[in-house]
Amino acid sequence: MSRWPLIGIFTAAFLALATPAHSDHAASAEEPAQVVSGKLQYTVEATESGGKDDRVPVEGGVVEVLAATLSADARSVESLGEVIGTGISAADGSFQVELPAGPGDYAVRLDLESLPEGVNVLDSTKQTLPLRIADGQSKAVLFNLVLGDGGTSNVGAGDPWYERMARLAVNGLQFGLIIGMCAIGLSLIYGTTGLVNFAHSEMITLGAVLAWMFNVTYGIPLIYAALLAMVLGALAGALVDRGLWRPLRRRNTGLVAMSIVSIGFGIFMQYAILYQFGDRPSKYADYAVQRKSITFGPISLSPKEIIIMSLSATILVLVALGLRYTRLGKAMRAVSDNPDLAASTGVDVDRIITLVWALGGALVSLGAAFQGVTETVSWTMGQQLLLLVFASVTLGGLGTAFGAMAGSIFVGIAILVSTVWWPSELQTVPALFLMIVILMVRPQGLFGRRERIG
Amino acid sequence: MDWSLIFSNTLRSGITQTAIIYILAAIGMNLHVGYTGLMNFGQVGFMAVGAYGVGISTSYYGLPLGVGVLIGLLCGLVLAVLLGMPTLRLRADYLGIVTIAAAEIIRLVVRYQKLKDWSGGTNGINGFANDFQEWNPLTPSAKYGFELGPLNLRFTGADLWEMGVGWLMVCLAVFVMWRLVNSPWGRVLKSIREDENAARAMGKSIFRFKMQSLVMGGLFGSLAGMFFAISNNSVQPDNYSRAFTFFALTVAILGGLGRVWGPVLGGVIFWMLLSGIENVLREAVSDEKIPTGIMDGVQVGQVRFMLVGIGLMSLMIFRPQGMIGDKRGIAIDARK
Repeated sequence: MSRWPLIGIFTAAFLALATPAHSDHAASAEEPAQVVSGKLQYTVEATESGGKDDRVPVEGGVVEVLAATLSADARSVESLGEVIGTGISAADGSFQVELPAGPGDYAVRLDLESLPEGVNVLDSTKQTLPLRIADGQSKAVLFNLVLGDGGTSNVGAGDPWYERMARLAVNGLQFGLIIGMCAIGLSLIYGTTGLVNFAHSEMITLGAVLAWMFNVTYGIPLIYAALLAMVLGALAGALVDRGLWRPLRRRNTGLVAMSIVSIGFGIFMQYAILYQFGDRPSKYADYAVQRKSITFGPISLSPKEIIIMSLSATILVLVALGLRYTRLGKAMRAVSDNPDLAASTGVDVDRIITLVWALGGALVSLGAAFQGVTETVSWTMGQQLLLLVFASVTLGGLGTAFGAMAGSIFVGIAILVSTVWWPSELQTVPALFLMIVILMVRPQGLFGRRERIG
Repeated sequence: MDWSLIFSNTLRSGITQTAIIYILAAIGMNLHVGYTGLMNFGQVGFMAVGAYGVGISTSYYGLPLGVGVLIGLLCGLVLAVLLGMPTLRLRADYLGIVTIAAAEIIRLVVRYQKLKDWSGGTNGINGFANDFQEWNPLTPSAKYGFELGPLNLRFTGADLWEMGVGWLMVCLAVFVMWRLVNSPWGRVLKSIREDENAARAMGKSIFRFKMQSLVMGGLFGSLAGMFFAISNNSVQPDNYSRAFTFFALTVAILGGLGRVWGPVLGGVIFWMLLSGIENVLREAVSDEKIPTGIMDGVQVGQVRFMLVGIGLMSLMIFRPQGMIGDKRGIAIDARK
């Protein structure tokens, strides 16, 4: 539930321009009444690969002006009266509400149902804003909107810190589980082949876009769409290994050369996805509207969050058990540990590597499909997650599956909880910094086996 | 299809400011990757500190542009030392991850809205390099140049001034590189690339030489960033993203790692190819030779980047030495 990767802070600035008129209640029809006007628009954060922020106007957003009693400093609304006027934003996002009553205290309320799917007010307490209009005064009112569930750090900012922290920790756990699913593939691929796969980010994007395609284009319910994406992700992983990496291994291409190849492959995939999918962030057809419904103490969870967390946790536990106890899992860990030794004990290393790619592709697709639920699906989502995935994997120990899981959950929780003190715009910075520090002092990671890597 | 337009555009984009920026950045990466075997995947971080160094010192602190340029270089040096101290002992692939992360941290910090007064937030800094335009001896709006048959090689005075300064810097950078890599210092770098342990056995301090190489290459990166910023008279944080490093790396590999002229050749050819492909496709789309169901005007830009990805892969697989490269320049795995 990180916010910055999620596209955007939408700022809807209303400019409340009150035309100076007299405070006479009986303003004649010819005389212009006071008007609240403004523009509803939001900003889509510029993509990683450059470009400027996109400002997207909101069409059809309903803004109501109500009579209200404001606190003495006009900073909060104490009680709401009747609706005085309603404005609907035009194609360019602009709207106008007439105020026949002239100067006075008002409240401006944005109708959330009228916003495009997925657009919400960043801070749910700021859906209604106070507006005090004095004679001849112009005023600017600001709405902060986000695409997605709204910010986590600002929501309920008035609550005690431990309640906020508990909420953030749960959100962080969810984020961590998602990163974990993306991280296992990267870590096991590194372990079995030594490849630092910079194209892993595009496997993330691919998974989410596939789930989106099944869900939105073909109308398949999201859960099944995610499972289909998982199957296709596994196929894609195996195919990429057979078609690209195995031939390169046969040619004895160096590892650094291979990781540069993976950069090229990543660039290709990213723009191929952009070519097909377009550059607008999109939401799934299901679960677009979040309803907080189930409450445990300070924590309230929506059904989709519960489904995502329980499914992710179950799958991670299954993968962990499989790696620990099944023949195939043991073989994967053996190859990851030492390919030559594994080969000499009769493990078919090439087959295992392809299966690792398939497993990685499946997990990453499912994780990405879930990430698309909490955030949005966009052609840069993988790029935005990749460094966090790297940070998690390094923290846990490159090449280990269990370390990757533990590292991811730690990173997920730490990132969100840190927003209590740390600006959420910079929430990934500590994780990246931590990764650099870990590589310096304990390059094998917290759970990795010690070996010379310097 | 307007072939004279296509050829003119292709030829022009091989020598304009964008190509110069990538060439300067790639010269630095060539020193790192090609000569020393340092996997610096965060070159864009050096560019960003250079650009913001000059931008912030001139706009926020009101220093003259010349001083700003020195500060930009100083920022590059400081970043190289800060980055090098902890990371230069890491293995090549780890170094790659760390440098990417460092560049990303820089981008996130400078685009942070709370620092808006200082670094401009997501809007960046604009209009700080007016002096540079004023130093232009040519008339900015006048057209200079000539037409060669169907080829239009006319540039405005403003463009020509920026290109002139840019190419002068490229020539200087190439000269410095040529002196550096043919000096005893350069030979130590190459020996580190070939066999770190052998170099260490000869009594050379690997760390010190790697650090010096990181600083020198980083300075070229900062220079590229400053040229980017000053010629646009603007710094935009999101221009300094990972993709820039990867494209500069493609430029360096295309030209040939481990050769002084590699990045220059690579930059010119890279941009001519990119622009040539784009122009041909664009003309074909607008003439409806390619149906819009397959590709529209927006997708043309995406197709050429897909081709960059395929190009980088094929180069690395089939011709890692690029056009004129030193095959040893990519033998970076040999020392493992």
